[in-house]
Amino acid sequence: MSLHTKMSVSVGGVTFPNPFIAASGTFGYGDDYEPLYPVNIWGGISCKGTTLNKRQGNLPPRIAETPSGMLNSVGLQNCGIDDFIEKLLPSLKSRANVVIANLAGEKIEDYVESAAKLDKSAVDMVELNISCPNVKQGGLSFGVSTQATAAITKAVRAATSKPLMVKLSPNVTDITEIAKAAQSEGANALSLINTLLGMRIDIKTRRPILRNNVGGLSGPAVLPVAVRMVWQVARAVDIDIVGMGGISCLNDALEFLIAGAKAVQIGTALFTDPHLPTKIPSELEQYMKENKLNSITQITGTVEPW
Amino acid sequence: MYKCKLYHVIEKKAISAGVYSFTVLCGDIAALAVPGQFVHIKVEGFTLRRPISICDIDKDEGTIRIVFEVRGCGTAKLAETRVGDSIDLLGPLGNGFELPSQTENSSLNAILIGGGMGVAPLYGMAKLHANKAVALMGFRGYDKIILADDFKQTGAQVIICTQDGSVGTKGLVTEPLNKLLESDDVGVVYACGPVPMLKAVAEICTRANVLCRVSLEERMACGVGACAGCACKSVGETGEQMVRVCKEGPVFNAREVLL
Repeated sequence: MSLHTKMSVSVGGVTFPNPFIAASGTFGYGDDYEPLYPVNIWGGISCKGTTLNKRQGNLPPRIAETPSGMLNSVGLQNCGIDDFIEKLLPSLKSRANVVIANLAGEKIEDYVESAAKLDKSAVDMVELNISCPNVKQGGLSFGVSTQATAAITKAVRAATSKPLMVKLSPNVTDITEIAKAAQSEGANALSLINTLLGMRIDIKTRRPILRNNVGGLSGPAVLPVAVRMVWQVARAVDIDIVGMGGISCLNDALEFLIAGAKAVQIGTALFTDPHLPTKIPSELEQYMKENKLNSITQITGTVEPW
Repeated sequence: MYKCKLYHVIEKKAISAGVYSFTVLCGDIAALAVPGQFVHIKVEGFTLRRPISICDIDKDEGTIRIVFEVRGCGTAKLAETRVGDSIDLLGPLGNGFELPSQTENSSLNAILIGGGMGVAPLYGMAKLHANKAVALMGFRGYDKIILADDFKQTGAQVIICTQDGSVGTKGLVTEPLNKLLESDDVGVVYACGPVPMLKAVAEICTRANVLCRVSLEERMACGVGACAGCACKSVGETGEQMVRVCKEGPVFNAREVLL
């Protein structure tokens, strides 16, 4: 069996040549890191969160460093679904292995309209970002309620036959209930976790560092929370899981796989070490040799809890 | 085009209290770099790199010089680097200043306005313009002055302003700028420093109808345009939009950004 096949994984019916996927919002549309390496070094890329209409995003500052991580509140700055499909997708599709469109919105109707457009596009998979504020329901995130998660998954499911992966928010009481709601309405896979809501304050000015006051925490700081949630969700659902949250080396990625993920996404670690995706696949190859694995999926969900 | 590798620090100087100058041997970065660009430096133990402007480029020696101030734990850690140590640089990044041949009025003088640490990225432009440059350098006081001798050695005319009047003209850079703009041989103004200074400089240049380019600073994550973390508001023909300081900047036409 070739190495290529050994490292390949299937998630929600989509085959990735390796289990490492660029996380949405950290790799743009695949060309910003071209001076260092081509985008096809990744098993796939999850594109920047895209909404029906163009969005300016939040005012700066949008970034704050934290112990072992960072906060961001970019505010979904993006070019809108039409420009994504017409101007960015054709080139990306020709260069990348698997292209995942990350779909965001404020109203179910907007998600549905975007999903219908993506259905006719060349994207390989749709990742549904349900951490966005639901403007019709007082701005509370879709992803914090089982009803809203079910409703939006159902609506988007009806609008596209593309493999659908729902990206779960960790800012919930019981993530397994949300995961089950997404599964029951037709999600083919789940990705988790999105960022944890956080805040930092400048003690001199008494102003929050982020202009949006609060933002999403990512980076190594969130890893144990993410591993725990992947483990819990893996026991609650049957669909495939893509794990993410603070992965910065192969061992981190392996924790997620062992906890129950079939693939992982990597994001914030790129900001520290842009070369990470060039190192991790060869480290995995070495690991597989040492552990005599024929397929990396052999370790998925092999955690042995006490 | 940019690189991301380990490079040796071959010279380190403390040039003022808490301000350091590193010369880094990085031939490939030096070959690509132009004044006004920056490097994104990895600091051990920190998630985010530190964006630091390139102060000087020596393409023959294959070196760049960076000058930075210790402002927090990250830059304090970076300041612990010793000669012979390696540092991980991502760069050169962003759009630099236009070179003299690229500006329309290259026979005219350039005014380089730096406030505090903002003088550092202008040094390369002083070298290029030499005696066709006036360097207007503003500092809080005597103990904050940096790079004044370096600027003088380029042949540029140097005017120092201090807020406490301890050296040079007492007050802000705006007063000498107004005087300089009374003559009509100024082709371009380059500015880097605190936002209030940039704002004032941009307004004066607009009134005088002189091209003004500003170099901006912003909290940054990726540094290469992928994350949209370092935004600033720009105004163009298509209305207001957010642009990335790391990719569309850090140098902007002052008329095109809302400071």
